Amino acid sequence: MYHSCKQLLQMTEAQKVPIHEIVIEKEMKSSGASRPEIMETMKDRYRIMLASAEKALEQPLPSEGGLVTGIASAQYRYALERDTLCGTFINTVMARALSCSEVNASMGRICAMPTAGSCGIVPAVLMSVGEKLERSEEDVILALITASGLGAIVMENATVAGSEGGCQAECGVAAAMAAAGAAELKGGTPAIVLEAFSLSLVNIMGLVCDPVAGLVQIPCAQRNASQAVNALLSADLALGGMKFPIPADEVIEAMYKTGKMLPVQLRETAQGGIAATETAREITKRIFGRDGN
Amino acid sequence: MSVSIFQVAGPVMIGPSSSHTAGAARLGRIAAKLADSFDFVSFGLHGSFADTGKGHGTDKALLAGVLGIREDDEALGQAFALAAEKHLDFEFHRTELSGIHENSVRIGFYREGRLLCEIDGSSLGGGTVLISRIDGYEVELTGNLPAFFIRQQDKCGVLSHITKVLAEHGINIATMKVSRKNRSEDATCVIEVDEVAAEELLNKMKAHPDIYDVKFIGV
Repeated sequence: MYHSCKQLLQMTEAQKVPIHEIVIEKEMKSSGASRPEIMETMKDRYRIMLASAEKALEQPLPSEGGLVTGIASAQYRYALERDTLCGTFINTVMARALSCSEVNASMGRICAMPTAGSCGIVPAVLMSVGEKLERSEEDVILALITASGLGAIVMENATVAGSEGGCQAECGVAAAMAAAGAAELKGGTPAIVLEAFSLSLVNIMGLVCDPVAGLVQIPCAQRNASQAVNALLSADLALGGMKFPIPADEVIEAMYKTGKMLPVQLRETAQGGIAATETAREITKRIFGRDGN
Repeated sequence: MSVSIFQVAGPVMIGPSSSHTAGAARLGRIAAKLADSFDFVSFGLHGSFADTGKGHGTDKALLAGVLGIREDDEALGQAFALAAEKHLDFEFHRTELSGIHENSVRIGFYREGRLLCEIDGSSLGGGTVLISRIDGYEVELTGNLPAFFIRQQDKCGVLSHITKVLAEHGINIATMKVSRKNRSEDATCVIEVDEVAAEELLNKMKAHPDIYDVKFIGV
């Protein structure tokens, strides 16, 4: 059994198998479930992720305060119909991530990945990369297992809660998980997969959790979009051969320690960052009829 | 501590918050299994449930749970309308509970104005919950395993009757907590088990003269 990225990498190298095989083996041992049962459960969860990544693309969904209503469909139309800077692919990935966030805000069904606030990043990236590379659903599910296995290492050794570690712990870890899955789908070795994972976390180190009016809407949705792109660019950096000198386990530890250093105002309490701006306070007052702080 | 990949890729839930929405629905659902045919429910919201609950649909989620709606069922958002259909009245108020987690609620179940059962529970994050008090008795009920909630007289032989019935049905006890306020008075017992229980077993347990009531809480 492994408890760190280093041990996981050593096991993949010793057995000459992809990361998801070692993750499945550990899950079988600890839960008593069979391999087909694990694949089936992950497939069910993937189908829910897919549905939430598509639901808000065609129609705006109402939510308390309506701070994200319509953002996914607007981005999707832009991706398909307009001359964009980053191209249709990147813009579609962002629209899908926004869709998950909009569904979540509107009390729709989502699969936390690793949290509800960051639920758009992994689904948007992996379904889009799978589609682009024409991979089977099974391949995407295996990439989800790799992503989840690495997320589990973070949960064991650090945190994925915004109230403990800030946004870097939620959207940052989601980006790292997505980058790992994307790199695997593109044929990256376990070492490259871990490189992609680390780079994403390095790129977002220190990001604060500052939800306007305390709602899981803004800037959470925007960060789902931006962190989906972080995942893709980090995977490409790793696949391009970049070797970041700091190992993944130390990057996870740094993220955790950084989270602990963040003052409580910047950890989900809506008392700092974007949430503490004049306009954010006005929005809070409009929605709740009182000052949020 | 080993973390399952399905704690990372999950839970499947109705948004927006695993603690304030999914956990709240779960608390309501478990609590309702401890009360019989109620027509009014009162929710005392404590801490962060009171402060930021509204924006996270904590009220709808708690009520939905009480109506038996699961945390991954999209009907959760229509809880107010569904309660009206089922003629269930309810109210929410702010309260201060002592020595309890930030995300907590006190749920009171009533029938014809009479309090049937009062339950304190907390949402601990990621959708996990803990029922910590039932009618003033300290308990530990997580809803992760099937469980029995038993009201009995604090008397020698009651527990051995319960464990004997479980053993006869081949049911393994995972955890067990007995709680009493005073010696030889009323007491409660929460038993978490590994297997699902049959109706017949409940009747056998209730057959003991010092056992007042047995409730089964499935997962």
